[in-house]
Amino acid sequence: MLSVVTFWPLLVCAVLLLLPRTLPDRAYHRIWIGATAAELALVGALWAGFDTGGGTQYEQRARWIPGAGVGYHVGVDGLSLPLVALTSLLFLAVAVFSARERRRVRSYVCLFLFLQTVGTGLFTALDLILFFVYFDLSIVGMFFVIAGWGDGERARAAAVKFFLYTFLGSLALLLGFIGLYLAADPHTFDIVDLTRGNPLAGRGTYAGLVLLAIGAGLAVKTPTVPFHTWLPPAHTEAPAAGSAILAGVLLKMGTYGFVRVAMPLLPGSWRQYALTIAVAGAVSVVYGALVALAQTDFKRMIAYTSVNHMGYVVLAVGAAGTLAGTDAQARSLAVTGAVTQMVSHGLITGALFLLAGVLHDRGRTYAMDAYSGLAARTPRFAAVTAVAAFAALGIPGFSGFVAEFQILTGSLASQAVATAVALTGILITAALFLTALRRMFFGAPRLPPTLPDGALTDLRATETWSTGLLLAVALVIGVAPRWLLDVVEPAGRTLTGLVAR
Amino acid sequence: MSAVLWLLVALPLGAGAVLAVTGPRLDRWVPAAGVTAAVATLGAAVAAALLRPTARAPLFAGTEAGLAVDGLSAVMVVTVAAVTAAVLAFAVGEPGTRGDRGRFFGLMLLFSGAMLVTVTATTLGPLLMAWEVMGATSWALIGYRWRQPGKAAAADVAFLTTRAADLGLYLAAGAALAGGVTTLRLDALPRAASPWLHVLTAGVVVAALGKSAQLPFSFWLSRAMRGPGAVSALLHSATMVAAGAYLLLRTAPLLETTGWAGPLVAWSGAVTALALGLVAVAQTDLKQLLAASTSAQVGFMVMAAGSHGVAGGTTQLVAHAATKSGLFLAAGAWLTALGTKRLPALRGAARVHRPVGVAFTVGALTLAGLPPLSLWAAKDLVLAAARTRGTCLYAVGLAAAAVAAVYGVKALWYVTRPLPPDPGAGYDTERPGTRRVSRATPAPLLTLTSAGALLGVLALPGPASWLRRLAGAGDEPSPEAWELGLSAGVVLAAAGAAWWWAARPAPAREAAVAPVPRAVVRGARNWLFLERFARIAVAGPVLTLARALAVFDDRVIDGAVRRTARGGLAAARLARRLDDDGIDAAVRAIASGARSLGRWARRPQTGLLHQYYAQAAVGFAALVLIILLVR
Repeated sequence: MLSVVTFWPLLVCAVLLLLPRTLPDRAYHRIWIGATAAELALVGALWAGFDTGGGTQYEQRARWIPGAGVGYHVGVDGLSLPLVALTSLLFLAVAVFSARERRRVRSYVCLFLFLQTVGTGLFTALDLILFFVYFDLSIVGMFFVIAGWGDGERARAAAVKFFLYTFLGSLALLLGFIGLYLAADPHTFDIVDLTRGNPLAGRGTYAGLVLLAIGAGLAVKTPTVPFHTWLPPAHTEAPAAGSAILAGVLLKMGTYGFVRVAMPLLPGSWRQYALTIAVAGAVSVVYGALVALAQTDFKRMIAYTSVNHMGYVVLAVGAAGTLAGTDAQARSLAVTGAVTQMVSHGLITGALFLLAGVLHDRGRTYAMDAYSGLAARTPRFAAVTAVAAFAALGIPGFSGFVAEFQILTGSLASQAVATAVALTGILITAALFLTALRRMFFGAPRLPPTLPDGALTDLRATETWSTGLLLAVALVIGVAPRWLLDVVEPAGRTLTGLVAR
Repeated sequence: MSAVLWLLVALPLGAGAVLAVTGPRLDRWVPAAGVTAAVATLGAAVAAALLRPTARAPLFAGTEAGLAVDGLSAVMVVTVAAVTAAVLAFAVGEPGTRGDRGRFFGLMLLFSGAMLVTVTATTLGPLLMAWEVMGATSWALIGYRWRQPGKAAAADVAFLTTRAADLGLYLAAGAALAGGVTTLRLDALPRAASPWLHVLTAGVVVAALGKSAQLPFSFWLSRAMRGPGAVSALLHSATMVAAGAYLLLRTAPLLETTGWAGPLVAWSGAVTALALGLVAVAQTDLKQLLAASTSAQVGFMVMAAGSHGVAGGTTQLVAHAATKSGLFLAAGAWLTALGTKRLPALRGAARVHRPVGVAFTVGALTLAGLPPLSLWAAKDLVLAAARTRGTCLYAVGLAAAAVAAVYGVKALWYVTRPLPPDPGAGYDTERPGTRRVSRATPAPLLTLTSAGALLGVLALPGPASWLRRLAGAGDEPSPEAWELGLSAGVVLAAAGAAWWWAARPAPAREAAVAPVPRAVVRGARNWLFLERFARIAVAGPVLTLARALAVFDDRVIDGAVRRTARGGLAAARLARRLDDDGIDAAVRAIASGARSLGRWARRPQTGLLHQYYAQAAVGFAALVLIILLVR
């Protein structure tokens, strides 16, 4: 079942490549929406059949490279299922949003279908090498999206930077994985076996080095300060749909790696370096928010808020590794908050990037100073952006609050200073989003001089539906979060137990 | 039972959400729908106050979302729902922005729904959620007329200031969990373990002071006055500012437990009541005067909460809510009709629009705290509680009551003057006035102000002990007869002096203020320069830091990445040179050596027989020579 879910988009891609080239763009687009909707339905079936207290489910194992201890092993639990669902939802939203893409539509659709398989595959992988393969392929796919559908020479430079930087990170990750493999007896890359065996227990420096390699690899992808500078150019130059996927799915691969690999496989070292990790998280939160506050480019600003939002996740997983002065409830609250934050950030920031795409489509620039009083001309665009901005700044009623509240309350006991510092991030993000809204949407109407008069359209139906879909799910999670938390909480408790052993 | 409670919060929130997204097409039906929802909410509130339902739902691991209506909440829900209904009834008559009434009524209902959740929440989770939703909707309401310059900026200042204080509640929630209060129940908070108990209390106090516009956060209230009149009437009477006071009244046992928090809160309230009272006296804009007086009046509630005077604080809250919403509505009605809120321009306004004038007069007299009206009685309850904290606090409170008489009378004096010969000259400073008061206006106005004036019965011995039982406050002190007499005397004297002073010609008034240092007068006019101070001390440095970090990020961090990349390229070039000029050059040298050797080897092979003979002869000679030499 999981393999079907994973490879269905790739299968559709293969079929698309067999179809005659003369097919109109609209047909490709329709097929794409159909395929992603079917994928979402499949994931819905997965969710419906998921037993919340049942641990890892839908497991599949097959021999792949037995000589090297590598197997095809997939399955989902409460940590991965929400992310699988997020992936399918985001790709559907992106498919709907991309109705007006006219450049090499066949390749475009195929590339996104490929990325969908890669994303779903990564979140279901239970083998380190399988995980690594998807981790690397995601970089490849996104490289082509940025280089091929971004704007000009700058986009290609950003794509190269993105590729090389994150590729370096994934090499560090591979090094760490090999370190784990060598320590295990018998040698294996299987995550479940490694979790059970805990091969690096009591292996001081060696375990520390393995955590360093894995941590650095994941920190680049997350991204955590100071490994974040590939993100702003990649986001700014990528097309809107690419940015949404990059923020919504690819960044999650880093944070998901923490909860899937680093924490359960290296519990001793994780506890030892929990303070460092929590501090890195808190620094990312405040630093990301402050740098975002100083931006004049709307999309770049959102990119930096991603650093801020992902910082909360890192803070939470760091706090979950601190046993002193806490009880299991607080730690599992932090972990649950971290997973909720991943989902929430995917939904809300995904929507914000799509809206930034709308802005660029209308005004040909992301510079906030170029716009003023847009709310008078494009009321629907203004309203949806305002809602997305408030959701992103953590207003209750949207998923961001549910995540941040759990993270902050769960982390305070174990990492009091780091959490107190991170708390100010809430205020700074509020300030930056309000400033952006005020600059662009309120006041006297003014448009970029390059724009012909009267050529300003409000949100189109596809744009409204795609962003509305994401925000609606964020709203549902914010108002009634139990259906999500019931899935995440047992897995969070298991994880805190694994870290504490 | 709990159905009533869910209905009470779901009705305004649901109706508000629906109305907020209705487009211009349904504009005509929005006001009626909004008022109906508000009245239905009032019905639910009354039912909830009688039935006292409780409801709970699981929230996050181990914590729960609890709602309940107890005595204090019963008073609050009825007050909030009643003021909301009255204000929305008033707003029907206000000319709204065309096509935008859905947004207005929807947001107002959302806001009041959030306030209802705040006052019924029994755990920190829903309290914080509603608290923050209130902040966000207040932003949208203050900036409702965003097309006009400055409105959005004012909304930003108000929201950011209150949110800065709200961080206290986040901190409090975390501290409660860390301190062992895993359910996050409000009534269990005093049992938190030290030192988390102190962190928790500090967080609650900061959040409450911020929401209540107490010092040093008061300035946001001045900015919030940029919002429409009806918004001010709802936000700055029964909700929002009242929420902070309510939270302190609710957590009074917590304040007692810590020892330091009670006195701190009591003194914050007292100082705010006095200082912001003076600010109110110095204002020349009616709405600004009312706003500063709101801070000051809420200061009395805060003072009561810090002195364990829950019943007194509650009485003050309810009476002030009704009075102040009525006053704001009157100011809003004049603003709509006359286009101005400047006090000198409003001379005689009360004589032109009689029903509004009557309502304003009643409200202003109540606000001034004149006996036997409600705020006088309520303040005496508060002062009696404050006296348990010491005479000093009592004296400051009494002085603040005297100041309240001054600003109340000042506002009244202006609007009851005879109409000047050319009243129109001062009008339309804000926007073109309609010169008429809507038929929908007087009823809610008169209801609110007369209710505000009469709610003083709550302070009479009988009702007061009932309220005390209701609020669960057992042994709170009642004012002694001499206290009543003293406060009545002080207030009447202050009011009389204010009236007499206002009636004097302008030069005499100037001369009277002359001994007061100019800085004090300017400070009072400008809200103690609090906003400027916040900008210089907080906002400015943060922005500077942000810009500096952005440069740092670009030059240093990304610079290091770029340098590393360039270093890689340089290393690659070096390797290329090494490769080309070193290894490959050696390979080429060997090759060319071999080639030249080959060339040399080819030279003897000429194909000419005689040369071969010659070569053989030379070779043979050489061989012979070697043999001879070797041997």
